[in-house]
Amino acid sequence: MAEFLDDFLFTYQNLVYSLGVNGLLALSIYVVLAVGQLSIGQAAFMGLGAYVSALLTVKLGVAFPLVLLAAMITPALAALVVGAPTLRLSGVYLALATIGLGEVQRIVFINAEFTGGALGLSGIPTRGGLISIYGSLALALVAFVCVARSKIGRAMEAMREDELAAGALGVDLPAYKLGALVVSAMLAGLAGALNAHVSSFISPNDYGFDAAVTILSFALLGGIGSPFGPVLGAFILTLLPEVLRPLADYKTVVNGAIIVVAVIFMPRGLLAWRMGRAGAAFRRPK
Amino acid sequence: MSAPSLEIAQLTVRFGGLAAVDDVSFAVAPGRVHGLIGPNGAGKTTLFNLVCGLVAPTSGAIRLDGQRIDALPSWGRSKLGLARTFQNIRMFNDMSVLETVMTGMHAGLAESLPAVLLRLPSFRRAERAALEKAWELIDFVGLADAAQRRSGDLPYGDQRRLEIARALACEPRLLLLDEPAAGMNPSETHALEELLERLKGRGVTMLLVEHDMHFVMRLCDEITVLNFGRKIAQGAPVDVRADPAVVEAYLGAKVARSLEAPR
Repeated sequence: MAEFLDDFLFTYQNLVYSLGVNGLLALSIYVVLAVGQLSIGQAAFMGLGAYVSALLTVKLGVAFPLVLLAAMITPALAALVVGAPTLRLSGVYLALATIGLGEVQRIVFINAEFTGGALGLSGIPTRGGLISIYGSLALALVAFVCVARSKIGRAMEAMREDELAAGALGVDLPAYKLGALVVSAMLAGLAGALNAHVSSFISPNDYGFDAAVTILSFALLGGIGSPFGPVLGAFILTLLPEVLRPLADYKTVVNGAIIVVAVIFMPRGLLAWRMGRAGAAFRRPK
Repeated sequence: MSAPSLEIAQLTVRFGGLAAVDDVSFAVAPGRVHGLIGPNGAGKTTLFNLVCGLVAPTSGAIRLDGQRIDALPSWGRSKLGLARTFQNIRMFNDMSVLETVMTGMHAGLAESLPAVLLRLPSFRRAERAALEKAWELIDFVGLADAAQRRSGDLPYGDQRRLEIARALACEPRLLLLDEPAAGMNPSETHALEELLERLKGRGVTMLLVEHDMHFVMRLCDEITVLNFGRKIAQGAPVDVRADPAVVEAYLGAKVARSLEAPR
């Protein structure tokens, strides 16, 4: 059994890592969508985390836990800079600003010397692995479940349903939106750092517009009624191309068709289940 | 004499050349029910939006319990004790009735992020107390049987009651009701009136906009009449409905006579 597991891990190691990393990315877009905002910047935050962590490890030999911390703080700062002016407005401004962030960052990474230019950074030493990836994913999931079942979770759902009514009930809208974006950036940065240290190579084009849309599709496919939906969406969209590999040239066609069908027939996502919002049992107190 | 719950002082708002609210002043004393009436376009809803922070005034002041609130965002005003319902009901459709009422307690609920994440005893206590209070409120508005139902699935009249319970959840010093009886059938209106009477009995201060004149005249202690953004009359219901300016601008002679007759 152990032997089988070893073989399996050896063969599918990258896939197993990708599942966990994409699960984290799905949670990162979930937080933003959960307050009714749209970000196309998750890939940029991920890229920032990846580059900062890789540079710290390769050039300065910083300890891995500190590297991870830096990979979360840097995108959080970027989120503050982008979010503070745009989140006072309602509407699509955040989406526009985060597209901008992604493109600017990609061009900087391509042209800067110390980031390795268009070739990217290679030879990043392996750090972390299964435990740090899946440990982070599990911790994040538990945290989101706790938050969902509290006044914070209720406020977030209220904002998503009706921002005006939520504001009239005392929900500090800009603070919640900015808080959600910062947490989301930290998660994406963490995912970027963990990924960089198991794949040993990163390049600017890994974190472009395509990647941002893929991350968004995790949450759209899975549904955002609970944090489990986006993670499920990420797992399916990560596995699908592997499962469909025998179809060779038709792989992407079938992959796309499955997503289209799912979105048409399950507009609320594959996991439409909505989590309860009270931190106490609903039973009537005696 | 204590400060009025709500004081509107020389309030003006201009949209381009139009003065939607033009130098309006009035005050609502604690525990009183104050009505705001006038023809469509008179500026009632604009005045409401000014009070709850959706529109910024051009000049003038708004005070809640003596404190200036006109520069605060809507959530800041809510924290000071202002609550409202909406003309077109705004529900959190997917939430259960209980969850909706608990959402209304947002501003007053002490739950820090660490306490939420670690499920500390302080968080559990706060949630239990909130739930208990939510049960009381839905009992009060008569929705206890629907406690676990999806808010969006309730009939219209019940959604209005739920909206009122949600607004009451933050224990407001002033409750704003924007056309609470709009779109209701006579029996729903009657039930609503009975609910608001009980609220009045609890000493809740209210400001309401309403077009159902029988409803307004029975419920309100005092009425302010707006026309083209200006205040044209103010006083007790008996005086207002006899005021020639009000009859001319809004009520019409026929309605004014029907209001004289007890129903």
